Amino acid sequence: MTDVDSMAGPRPDAASRLRSAGKHALLIAASLVMIYPLVWMLVSSLRPTEVIFRTPGLWLNELYLDNYIEGWTALARPFDWYIVNSGIVVAGAVIGNLLSCSLAAYAFARLKFRLRTLWFAIMLMTIMLPFHVVIVPQYIVFNTFGMVNTFLPLVLPKFLATDAFFVFLMVQFIRGIPRELDEAARIDGCGHFRIFFRIIIPLMVPALATAAIFTFIWTWSDFFTSLIYLTAPDMYTVPLALRSFLDATSGSNWGAMFAMSIVSLVPLFLVFLFGQKYLLQGIATTGGK
Amino acid sequence: MSALGELSKLKTGGHQTPEQRAARRKEASRDNRAGYAFLAPWLVGLFAFTIGPMLASLYLSFTDYNLIQSPNFTGFDNLVRMLGDERLHTSLRVTFTYVLVGVPLQLIVALGIALLLNKGMRGLPFYRSVFYLPSMLGGSVAIALLWRQIFGTDGLINQMLRAFGVDATIGYVSHPDYALWALILLHVWTFGSPMVIFLAGLRQIPTMYYEAAALDGANKRNLFLRVTLPLLSPIIFFNLVLQIIGAFQSFTQAYIVSGGSGGPSDSTLFYTLYLYERGFTNFQMGYASAMAWLLLVIIAAFTAINFFAAKYWVFYDD
Repeated sequence: MTDVDSMAGPRPDAASRLRSAGKHALLIAASLVMIYPLVWMLVSSLRPTEVIFRTPGLWLNELYLDNYIEGWTALARPFDWYIVNSGIVVAGAVIGNLLSCSLAAYAFARLKFRLRTLWFAIMLMTIMLPFHVVIVPQYIVFNTFGMVNTFLPLVLPKFLATDAFFVFLMVQFIRGIPRELDEAARIDGCGHFRIFFRIIIPLMVPALATAAIFTFIWTWSDFFTSLIYLTAPDMYTVPLALRSFLDATSGSNWGAMFAMSIVSLVPLFLVFLFGQKYLLQGIATTGGK
Repeated sequence: MSALGELSKLKTGGHQTPEQRAARRKEASRDNRAGYAFLAPWLVGLFAFTIGPMLASLYLSFTDYNLIQSPNFTGFDNLVRMLGDERLHTSLRVTFTYVLVGVPLQLIVALGIALLLNKGMRGLPFYRSVFYLPSMLGGSVAIALLWRQIFGTDGLINQMLRAFGVDATIGYVSHPDYALWALILLHVWTFGSPMVIFLAGLRQIPTMYYEAAALDGANKRNLFLRVTLPLLSPIIFFNLVLQIIGAFQSFTQAYIVSGGSGGPSDSTLFYTLYLYERGFTNFQMGYASAMAWLLLVIIAAFTAINFFAAKYWVFYDD
């Protein structure tokens, strides 16, 4: 950690303490601004709708749980139906990404094959490719095969490593694993698949965790793909279910909407809470040197 | 560093001796089959879900196609229609404003907070989590709904203003002059992910540079301008490129906040929203494909400009 203050000379005086206090005050104020809307939404989800529109504060006189009961049953199916739908898509996406991206990453990081540099450059470029350029033909194809209103368009591409960002992340990680380990295994007669499954996979668990967490967060919140492929209400994922509150209640039942919004944010929050370490590690591997 | 660094490294290529080349070739033939076996899923995905669709959409952008009748080749008709499409121009204006204002604002806040947090701060993990969390939630429909309430006529902002005695009656998300700004604010609110990348970058700057500069009598301002900024410039560049690419593709927030319309009066009609409307509400697949390719060209142009300009301000230490 670089401490510029201490470099200019030791000055543990009142002025520097004041400065430090000022910095903390600034950061605490910024934290409050950032977090206030979230806490307010949580508190508001426990208030009757008409109170939500009158109360900017955070105090609660009573816990009004009706929003949650109402919200859970406001749509054609109970809300857990949509949670299960989202769960299926997320599980498929996570498994698909971990499998396909780690295979490709092993090839790029450890194997020398013809045109590798070209494929690697293409892979890097696809990270930056806007999704919209491929969405129309993809839709046409999935539509032709009758896969609209199934989860396949949301899950199948993940099994083919289309999220190139994770391939790159894993390549970076595998490059950091000492080659001596695979060399030793190779001398012992291990083929590439054994090296991959027995040596590389166990060692790259942190990278797999990072990829799994990012995939979870992005897939759970993904709205655009669901909106395009899932038009039958029974197939709705959580983001689509939330959107349909706007239509179902003509956007007026804010209590129920906030309650289900909170429900939809809980998994994200938990994953963030327990997975933050891996998210930060992942950023250090891809964003840093 | 990073995907961008990798790309620019590839261009320069490594120089190798003939022996090295021969050894490499031998190894290559041994690993060739295994390499393609491991790469197979990715290659199938590349052709089935990326290159194939790209070529198909390039073709479709010269056609009229409604999903029912087969595509009808119309040459440059779509392009001509795009030139005269007022709403398309509006959507470009809205998107450019969002990108050109939102991205720099977000990065400035991210860098500012990262600098505050960097100096051996007590409570760093706490602050970092608090600032990082919103960027993990910001893409969700739930947060977009929250924004719709907060910036509504009787939303949180106006409630607070009223608590301070201000007669606040403007519904920001329903006012054409303010709606886009509410979305830009939402973008700034998610500054946590670039901030975390900045923090990782700041940690890489060797302490000795600061020590040397301090010995030479550099003040804080000089330390920042002459040491921190140049050494952080690759990270700033990385964030800038990725955030611009991402911001051009924003969809969910504008869709939810405007109820899918891009309103009021098209003031939040993001390019992607209009593309969605043309392609998936009106099923004008040809026109939507042409729009998608224009988006690709715009994003590629921005990225190219970034890479070109990088020569003048991005400093590589190695």
